[in-house]
This record gives sequence, structure tokens and C-alpha cells, in this order.
Amino acid sequence: MATELVFERRPRAVMALIDSWLMIKRSSTHILRNTDQLLGTFFQPIMFLVLFATVFGGAISKALPKGISYLDFLMAGIIIQTVAFGSTTTAIAVCNDLQKGIVDRFRSLPMNNLAVLNGHVVSDLLRNSISTIVMLLTGLLLGFRSHATALSWLAIVGLILLFTLAFSWLAAIVGVIAKSVEAVQWLTFIIIFPLTFASSVFVPTESMNSVLRVFAVNQPITQVVEAVRALILGTPIGNHGWLAVSWCLGILVVAVPVASWLFKRKSA
Amino acid sequence: MKKDYVIEASGLVKAYGSNQVLKGIDLRVERGTMLALLGPNGAGKTTTVRILSTLLKPDAGSVTIEGYDIATEADKVRTVIGLTGQSAAVDELLTGRENLIMMGRLYRLTKSSAVARAAELLAEFDLIEAADRPAKTYSGGMRRRLDLAVSLIATPPVIFLDEPTTGLDPRSRLSMWEIIKKLLAAGTTILLTTQYLEEADQLADQIVVIDGGKVIAHGTSAELKSKVGKDRLELVFKDGKTLQAAQQALGKAVVSTNSKDYSATLIITDTNTDVKRVLDTLVAAKLSVQSMAVHQPTLDDVFLSLTGKVNQAITEEES
Repeated sequence: MATELVFERRPRAVMALIDSWLMIKRSSTHILRNTDQLLGTFFQPIMFLVLFATVFGGAISKALPKGISYLDFLMAGIIIQTVAFGSTTTAIAVCNDLQKGIVDRFRSLPMNNLAVLNGHVVSDLLRNSISTIVMLLTGLLLGFRSHATALSWLAIVGLILLFTLAFSWLAAIVGVIAKSVEAVQWLTFIIIFPLTFASSVFVPTESMNSVLRVFAVNQPITQVVEAVRALILGTPIGNHGWLAVSWCLGILVVAVPVASWLFKRKSA
Repeated sequence: MKKDYVIEASGLVKAYGSNQVLKGIDLRVERGTMLALLGPNGAGKTTTVRILSTLLKPDAGSVTIEGYDIATEADKVRTVIGLTGQSAAVDELLTGRENLIMMGRLYRLTKSSAVARAAELLAEFDLIEAADRPAKTYSGGMRRRLDLAVSLIATPPVIFLDEPTTGLDPRSRLSMWEIIKKLLAAGTTILLTTQYLEEADQLADQIVVIDGGKVIAHGTSAELKSKVGKDRLELVFKDGKTLQAAQQALGKAVVSTNSKDYSATLIITDTNTDVKRVLDTLVAAKLSVQSMAVHQPTLDDVFLSLTGKVNQAITEEES
């Protein structure tokens, strides 16, 4: 052979990190190269924000506390909803990898196989950050104004990232379980649709009937939305802050090992 | 001298539920040679390759690759093998070069090694022009070449090729064969699965025929053919009268005659002496032959007689 090959000699943990880094680079490149998906990343948040703010705004603002515009109220909800639906991309990417045989190739290599999941989940953070920034800029154009301090914004960013991570790992489980990309789509739809609509994403929970309300106020999306909303509006955050963080950490503690275990088992 | 076996598998058994896919497969591949695993669809070829390449755990049996046990030293095994599966497992959104570099890094090559080796392989596999295009724009043949290049990125001494030419057009198949021959010449040990008898015939040192999860024959191409039958000599005469006369002169050496095209078929054991003897006999009887040909049994004959069925790949190709 013409080229003298040099192999890395580093501790296992370092190699595992390099593997994850390579997979993050791979998945991130997918985001930029997959033009259909890129369109979704940019335009879906704009579309949702404009439609909800203009179509529902007039009717719902009557139910809001005085002095709060629907756009300001909606902002937290629509960001969290977009992130939740955006996690479908992780599920599809994981499912695709398993279907197309590239995971077989990865498994025949001396690499850490869980790096594949890390790559998809972390690149999902990147994509959702783009969506969120697009949404905030659109909101500002439409008249969204926040009373949040710099410290609050830091907390908002942290909370959104934590929530994205939690939902991406949940989505990874769906991606491993589902037998096809179509299955992924309806599976995530029937999980995420009720979670986002039976919550305080679009409307205050006060107007819901009692059964629905019990579900709505106690589920993770409402907690995260309420916490982010309080930070954006500068209103008291109450229990929502630590409940939101607990939910996300709780989901991660369960979803990461479950997804990893299922992935190893499925690909064997 | 003790033979140097790079791949040694014995008693491989695998079942999915009640479906017994492998029923005890044994095979050994000597260093620097190719073994072709030949069999119809569903014979257990891919399952065998998946076990040998550490993707699947067998229910029973043992495998060593380069002396490493797949059950206890899978990580070591993975550093010495390259796998090219049935579906070209490359990342479609990455370019050819990016695929190669990424896989090289995952094989633990340093960055500069991976970059240099990628460039070398792109040139070797005639992919320079397409190097910086996403792999999804590649043709079927290019994709297979990239796939094979990817599995060679760290120059592993052992390569598994699972039906590397299935679905390729004849030209791409020939160019794939050339690449495989070069690999063999460079000393790589190869296990190839195929449903194409010609492919096994052309490339392999040893052929293992499997069907229904069992090895039903093994040997060199020549050995397998000789098991099935001897060479046949076909003689064509001018008319029926000559044919009849020839049949009388040659006696019981003639196994069959065809009165429509005035031909006679004889079984011969040694091409050199038997053909001469037949011709001498005919000359002595003053009979002239219009044409003659020696037919060797093909691997298709082997396959048919061993499995009792027509190879699906052939019927599919014809239909």
C-alpha cells in the first residue's frame, strides 16, 4: 500500500468521545444537506407562529389576564411545541439508519455504537436552536416584546435545551421501535399531538373541563411552557421551574438507558 | 506444514423462532485465498456472513477470525475485518470522500491517515470525479464501489463480500470482479457470498455450496464439477446414415444420439487420449465428422444436481 496507515492509540473513553463527535458532525451535515428538512426547520415555526397569533389571537386574548397580548403569551408555547414536534426528526433519522443497513456497517467497525444515537440527538439540539431563533425573530417582527432580564433569558435557553434533549431521547426510543419511517410519523404524532394540545401551549388551562385539566396541568409540556412563559413575561414562576427541570431530568434518566438498550438489542 | 486458516467456523447454528436458518455450518478459509459461499436465496448465506462479521450471535458453534474469538474478542475482530453488505451501506447525504474519511476515523485511523487513504481509494476505484458529490447522486455501480472502498479504508486483512454484484449491470459486475481479483493478488483473505455460479467459478479458490442452512458440497470449482459428471464429447455428422455407422463403430461409448441434428454424445474421462481414440476409430471406419466439441459440466449442472432445483438467480435473470 502506498499510504502508511497510522492508527489512534488513545484510552477507550477518549475514542468513544471521538466517535460521538464524528457522528454529531455526520448528523449535522444531514441537516444542512437535506433541503426538504431545512425548509421545515425555517418555515414551519414561522407558519405556526403567524397562523396561531393572527387566527386565534383575537378570540383567545379575551381569556388572558389583562395587559398580556396573545403573542407574548403564545411565544413560550409555540417554541416548546415546535421543539416537541421537531424531535420527530431524531426518530426518523434513527429509524432510517436502522432500515438502511448503515448501522450494520457501524457495528462491524471497532467504534462505540451508541455514538450513532448521540449524533442524532445532539444535532437535533442544533436544528431546534435554529428553529427557535427563527421563531423569536419572527415574533419580534410581529410585535412580541419580553420583560425578561438577561439572567431570565439564560434560564430560558437552558430550559429549552434541556427539554429538547429530553424529547429527542424519547424520540430516539420511537425511532428504534418503529418498523418504518411511516410508523415513526404516526407514532410521534399520536404521542406529541395530545401532549401539546392538551396543555397550556395555546390556551390557559382554566377554560378546560376538569378531567382534561387534571391531565393538562400535570403533564411535562405544561410545566415547561409555564416556566418558560413566566420567565418571558416576567411573572412569578412558582413551582413550574423546578417541576419542569425535574420532568426533563426524569425523562432523560429513563429514556437514555432505554433507548441505548433497545438500540443495542435491535441492531444485534 | 500446518495450513494458515484466517477464518475458521465450526458448527454454526442459528434459528429465528422455529425457523432454523443455519443447521451446522463449518468452513475454513486459508490466508490470501477466497472462499465463495454459494447458494440460492434463503440458503443462509447472509446469516453466516452476519455471524462471521460479529453482527449476529450464533445459537451454537464457534468462530475465530485471525485467531480472535468472535464471542469474546469481537472488538479485536472488528479491527481486522471489512464488510460489504447487500445494500450499499454508505451515508447518502455525505460525499464519497466524507464517507471514506468518517469510516476511516471510526476504524481508528488518525485524521491525516484517513484523508490520505481516502484520496488513494477514490483514485483506485475510479471515483475521483464524483468524490465531492453526495453519495445519493451515485449510480448503482459507483455506490457499490464506494461501499467496497469504505470497507477497505483501513486495509483490513479479511474482507466479507455479501453478494457484491447482485443487481449490477454486466459492465459494473466485471469491473467489480477486477477489483476483487486485485485484492486477492494483494494477499487479502476474502469470503464472498453469491448466487451466481459464474462468479464463484471465476473468482474463488474454494467453493462451499449451502442450501437450507447446511453445507451440501465443498471443494474447488474443478472438484465440484468432476463430482457431477465427466466431460462430454459431442460429434455432429453429415446425415443419419453416417450417424448410424459411427454409432456402430464407436459402440457403447456413445451415451446418446440425436437423429434430428445427426449428433452423438460420448462420455470421456481423459480429453487428450479419448478424443484421439474416437477420431482414430472414425478414420478407420472412413467416416467424416462435420464438427466436434468437448463440454465440461458447468457449475449450473453442479448446482442443479446438488440442490435438486434450478438456481433462482438464473431464472430471475432470464425472466
